[in-house]
Amino acid sequence: MRTHLRKWSLPNLALWLIAAVAVALPLTSWAQLTKADIAVRDNMEAHIGNLTGHINADSKYAYRRYCVSCHGDLGDGNGEVAQWLDPPMWPKPRNFQLGVFKCRSTPTGTLPTDQDLFDTIARGLDRSAMPQWSTFTKQERADLVAYVKHYSPRFATEKPGTPITIPPEPEVTPDRIKAGRDVFARVQCWKCHGVQGNADGPSAPTLQDDLGRPIAPYNFTEGSRPKCGDTDADIYRIFMTGLDGTPMPSFADNIKPDEAWDLVFYLRTFMAQSSKAKQLAKGLQLKPVDPNAPAGQ
Amino acid sequence: MRHKIVVVFSVVALLCSGALILNQNVSAAGEGKISGTVKLDGAAPHMRGIDMSKDPYCVKANSATPAKMETYVVGSGGGLANVVISIQGWSGSADVVTSVPVFNQKNCMYTPHVLALDTTQSFKVTTSDQTAHNIHPLPNPMVNVGWNQSQPPGAPPVEKSWKNAEVIPVQCNIHPWMHGFFVVVKGPYATSDDSGNYTIENVPPGSYTVQAWHEPDETQTQKVTVAGGAAASANFTFKAK
Repeated sequence: MRTHLRKWSLPNLALWLIAAVAVALPLTSWAQLTKADIAVRDNMEAHIGNLTGHINADSKYAYRRYCVSCHGDLGDGNGEVAQWLDPPMWPKPRNFQLGVFKCRSTPTGTLPTDQDLFDTIARGLDRSAMPQWSTFTKQERADLVAYVKHYSPRFATEKPGTPITIPPEPEVTPDRIKAGRDVFARVQCWKCHGVQGNADGPSAPTLQDDLGRPIAPYNFTEGSRPKCGDTDADIYRIFMTGLDGTPMPSFADNIKPDEAWDLVFYLRTFMAQSSKAKQLAKGLQLKPVDPNAPAGQ
Repeated sequence: MRHKIVVVFSVVALLCSGALILNQNVSAAGEGKISGTVKLDGAAPHMRGIDMSKDPYCVKANSATPAKMETYVVGSGGGLANVVISIQGWSGSADVVTSVPVFNQKNCMYTPHVLALDTTQSFKVTTSDQTAHNIHPLPNPMVNVGWNQSQPPGAPPVEKSWKNAEVIPVQCNIHPWMHGFFVVVKGPYATSDDSGNYTIENVPPGSYTVQAWHEPDETQTQKVTVAGGAAASANFTFKAK
């Protein structure tokens, strides 16, 4: 009780106020939004197919009703529930002000498309407190995308990245699975994800997200869904775009499109979910990659 | 303790915000330079060794000379390396800097540890290592746009640039001891060498506030007047912590 009182003593509070002002001052000069930018922000739109999402009384209401408890009134991820979410088991809610998103169809370091945000709202994020909001109408979801975007000045001043192209999925074959194992060894996915895909790689225990909070690599074997969707194309997209804000980098410069499909098939063999790749792998008797093998096999 | 941190933080932040707002104008004509030496006052702090046992490749690569932290790199005469000297509130010509410096990953360390850059300049990230790295700069998302790219053995260079002036920490998540800095500035700059010496070339005559930065977030300033064709001098001394 004593310490509690001390913590909020008057001089301390005054100091924090000065600190807050000092932090806010340069922010006013950094966030150099022109009047036009501010108009764009305040009238933010989202375009999903033929749908247009708007900031209006409905989207404000929906945000306050369904999103605010985690993502907060300011969109900074500091809603009242946020304090009870402990990473890595329960990732903290996204800070929308930063404009950094995991699930994107666009290259690392670029803004997601409206469709990406729309899909995330519907899909939810497995192994987090973010549920699937698939009960919303498409219009409601589109409006919420506009509302989420208005929190970050980046959406007022930058365009989303160009979505990566995903070539048609080839037929899975034993050779492709073996080739995928070679890619897994070459780019060293196992450093974090482990040689058997169960998230026990040597670098797994020290991983942190961009805000310095602990984060776990995806465990392929435990049967949970990948965060950004569970189709083969969704998995392909993850290593070609990276999951921004997390340690997962983009491999776009280092994995060719054809190799990326091979890697998807190899990763499927780790996963609990049944797939053709998993069936085929049974006959292959593949050994886990050797972490001590010289680089490039 | 908490008081002290908050006081120091407030003062530093107030000074920084003041510096950001009070931009000064300098007229451009002719060329001079600013040079000097950066020294460390006091005994060089002990730089602890780095445990790289997580990755046998890294251990082997550093078996001859064990790797240690690079927070203070101090030469024999007390010269302090990796200090970035630049001109505060630069408002001179926005000449595009065409040289492309290289930030290399070698023996599971960054070479150089601190890379200074102009906002008009691009840089290359390369790897000499036979182990996978990910190159992950962490700018303030309100100031610059971050990214995260893998560089497995034999990966092609990544060429990038930064839009706004900022000190940007960079890290490898696979090897958590790997960390360095991109110090992005506007206008002419220099980085102190292993003896603490530096020279900023191509400075038009005028009065400037010269800023010296040392990691993690220590800055000093000094007023300097540069005459055409001459070299002005500015020496800095950082206290050992």
